[in-house]
Amino acid sequence: MNLLIAIMQTLLFISLAPLLAGWLKWCKCYLQNRKAPSLLQPYRDLLKLTHKQPVVSKDASWLFIIAPYIIFSATVIAITVIPLITVDLPTAASADMIVLVGFLAFARFFLVLAGLDVGTAFGGMGSSREMTISSMAEPAMLMAVFTITMTASTTNLSFAIEHILQEGLVLRPSYIFALFALILVAIAETGRIPVDNPATHLELTMIHEAMILEYSGRHLALIEWASQLKLMLYGVLIANIFFPWGMAETLSLSALGYALLAIMGKLGVLAILLALSETLFAKMRLFRVQEFLSFAYLLGLLGMLSHIILEASR
Amino acid sequence: MDIENLDHYAQLILSLAALVTLTSFIMLAQGRLLRLVFIFALQGFLLVLATAIAAYSFNNPHLYISAAITMALKVLFIPWMLRRHILKLEMHRDVEALSNKTAIMMGGASLVVFSYYVLHPIMQDASMILLNALSLSLAVILLGMLLMISHHQAIAHVVGFMSIENGLFFAATVSTNGMPMVVELGVAFDVLVAAVLFGIFFLHINSSIDSLDVDKMNRLNEVDQ
Amino acid sequence: MIPAYLLLILPLLGIVYFALFGHQEDVGRQNTHFNGITLLLSLWLAFNVYTSGTILSTDSYFIVDSFNVYLIVLTAFVGLTTSIFSAPYMAHEKEIGKLTDKRLRLYYSMYQGFMFAMYLVLTTNNMGVMWVAMEAATLATVLLVSLYRTPESIEAAWKYFILCGVGIAQALFGTILLYYAATQFNQSENALMWSVLYDNAALLNPEILEIAFVFMLIGYGTKIGLVPLHNWLPDAHSEGPTPMSAVLSGLLLNDALYAVVRNKMLVDGATDSDIAGYLMMGFGLTSFLVAAFFLHRQKDIKRLFSYSSIEHMGLMTFAFGMGTPFATFAALLHMTVHSLTKSAIFVTVGHAAQIAGTQSIAKIRGLIKTQPKVGWGLLIGTLAIAGFPPFGVFTSEFLVLLATMHSYPWLTPLLLLGIGIACAGLFRNIQPMVYGERPEGQQAVQANLWPVMIHLAIVLWLGLAIPDFLSNWFTQATILISGSAPL
Repeated sequence: MNLLIAIMQTLLFISLAPLLAGWLKWCKCYLQNRKAPSLLQPYRDLLKLTHKQPVVSKDASWLFIIAPYIIFSATVIAITVIPLITVDLPTAASADMIVLVGFLAFARFFLVLAGLDVGTAFGGMGSSREMTISSMAEPAMLMAVFTITMTASTTNLSFAIEHILQEGLVLRPSYIFALFALILVAIAETGRIPVDNPATHLELTMIHEAMILEYSGRHLALIEWASQLKLMLYGVLIANIFFPWGMAETLSLSALGYALLAIMGKLGVLAILLALSETLFAKMRLFRVQEFLSFAYLLGLLGMLSHIILEASR
Repeated sequence: MDIENLDHYAQLILSLAALVTLTSFIMLAQGRLLRLVFIFALQGFLLVLATAIAAYSFNNPHLYISAAITMALKVLFIPWMLRRHILKLEMHRDVEALSNKTAIMMGGASLVVFSYYVLHPIMQDASMILLNALSLSLAVILLGMLLMISHHQAIAHVVGFMSIENGLFFAATVSTNGMPMVVELGVAFDVLVAAVLFGIFFLHINSSIDSLDVDKMNRLNEVDQ
Repeated sequence: MIPAYLLLILPLLGIVYFALFGHQEDVGRQNTHFNGITLLLSLWLAFNVYTSGTILSTDSYFIVDSFNVYLIVLTAFVGLTTSIFSAPYMAHEKEIGKLTDKRLRLYYSMYQGFMFAMYLVLTTNNMGVMWVAMEAATLATVLLVSLYRTPESIEAAWKYFILCGVGIAQALFGTILLYYAATQFNQSENALMWSVLYDNAALLNPEILEIAFVFMLIGYGTKIGLVPLHNWLPDAHSEGPTPMSAVLSGLLLNDALYAVVRNKMLVDGATDSDIAGYLMMGFGLTSFLVAAFFLHRQKDIKRLFSYSSIEHMGLMTFAFGMGTPFATFAALLHMTVHSLTKSAIFVTVGHAAQIAGTQSIAKIRGLIKTQPKVGWGLLIGTLAIAGFPPFGVFTSEFLVLLATMHSYPWLTPLLLLGIGIACAGLFRNIQPMVYGERPEGQQAVQANLWPVMIHLAIVLWLGLAIPDFLSNWFTQATILISGSAPL
């Protein structure tokens, strides 16, 4: 029964991710006085891409072809770790945050390799940028995550969230720092403004789009879907760690339904905030990204410090 | 004592203290003057919130007056004055090139640790909220100084100066429920006069060196020219 | 208590009066009258304290004891003599077009504002109000430093404003810690009253007080001009109008030291350790030695004497830091003679600069030949400040040396070294200015040297014989500060 719910949760996650992307796009269009495409547009795009014949360069190796599958499946395994609507699941108990970060790094590794594989200028450029950013984002992310795990005395995400749920409302200064750090890391990792612009194609400043420039057809669909999953993953992470209220603590149908509504509401609000910030801020120069991420690291560090100094029992 | 055992007001005050420190950090990295002034006003507002919550939870009406004074001075008057000067002197488009922001930020983080280090031994028997609030306000004071060191614009110096005052005010509010009224009014008066004098100085400096970059004021020094 | 209230009200009225009428023809004389009356009031107050001991006002907002009353009299006296000097000086500045009516109004109004802040620092019983008044003194003088509106003076004033403002913020943090320590046993509004704190000093948490004192020493130490927090001082002294330099050097520095000593009394009452004393000794000695060396490097006559001020403030801080009754007595005496001598010197320096039309040491020459009164005044003043017998500075420095030999004999060579270096530094600069040929076209200026003569005469008198009532007075203050009589 539990296993069934776990599988259901993962499937739910996978199927909701394009909807979140659609909602985000809709919010942005609304804020920028443009006519928004339908909320279901990402689904249509994915469907259309799967019907198309993928074009593969003659210089591409086998790696180029299997990379999308590896990326997609690694991302899917990563999301099984994350509690979406309930915490009490068998999959969650066996995997913790470091594994989550590892899976994401694994997916990124193959994405970078695929970008390099064909040997175009854009692909290599995007790959090197991606690695630069991730090498700075990961310490910041771990710093933020450790702040949270130290409060719960476990690196298991599920147990940590359970701990926070049971404790009730406690305002911790360290969480404020960790929250801001995680938001900054999420922006960098999912390639949103001001680090990268997801709406560009063929621009010298692009990062994520540069790597997947050579992909088409179902390969592109998988990669797009994986990046939508990643966006949602970070959203759920932020929503469920810092605002876990509403998650199902028992496995009754009403509790699960309520939890589903709660997480959709939380993600909806986060998407509005993201759209707002993307509308207000301009993309920054690539060389300033390191300042941005070192600020994120600093916040994570401050969170950690304030946890150790302020909140740990003396 | 753990943070879970505190009531929500105390937790809220602590969180606001953390946010005030955060605004200090953001100011440290800010090269645009208008944004700097806006964040300064935000810091003042967080301070007002913290004071009002402290007034409510400690049931101390005297703190409401302090909150009102801070609101009037640090959130409204001083930011308004600075903004007016920035616009009048047409400095709102200038971006100050800050050298090595990352090092400054890390320096700031070590100042936070330092202020805990300074105050930790004396607060062993004190409540947690007090230790934190005092240490964080000392950190805000030191970060204000760092802001003054790392920026060249006179206006940024004034913002740093005033954020030092913010730190002091926060320390007084949380550790002792505010200073005696006469002292608080006196300090507010001093801040008001200082703000007006700073305004006068902007005009003088601008007319004497044709810029507000205090690094250009280097006529007086110990070394023979 | 009435004279104390009047003492505060009169300068307050002065601020408003001069802000409105400060441009009149005989405004200098009116300013002198204001200060003359405050001197009389301070003497009245001193008489009250002399006859009936420490006075605490009924609402306990003000306290006058033997320690601060003598500083009040000193403040009023130096305030008066400087105003006598400033009347023709400012008139001359107006004549040569350096100042306008508006700035004269500002000058006289803020002169009174500064005096008010000084009296408030001295008389208040509330440590918080003391801070407020100290900051107010900065605010009152900052526009006077930039009175001439030259780029240099604006730079000096900005430096003064920022450094003192930031520095003194540390003192407020210290005061907050002090208040926190006080609220541990006393929840009422008067927990920050010095008299209450002093009576309950043993109850204060010693660890908190030690940290608080470090902050206060840094904060008020900026105002005293302790090295390495002294950067503003030579600039502010050299760029402002000379009467301002005289009162800054003679009064503001003293009052900042007064604030530190008041706090030290609390810390000493609360802790068994001598940490406060050691800190003051360390800062004091450093300032003393560093300033002595800097005397050799100066090109500007007012900067020269402002470094001399740093040197002497360092010596006083050192002596107060030692804390023995003997050293405290010496420090109190030194405070008096230094204020008198230094303000006298600044008055003559002001005239000398007006004669030569510049403050540059290299260009001031042949003062005795041009205007003997000014030349001799400068020479005798320098002799006095360098610590030559029979002037009072010699007596007080000698006493400090004796006290050092008694408590920390191994520090005596350092002190002697500093005094020697300072003496050499002063004379190598002063000698060519006083003697030497008179440059072409150098004219005597209208000068009122009465203040100088009175000051130097008193310093001489104090060097030859300290009158009984003054010695009793210092003894009482010493008992208050260090706990026992000096001899």
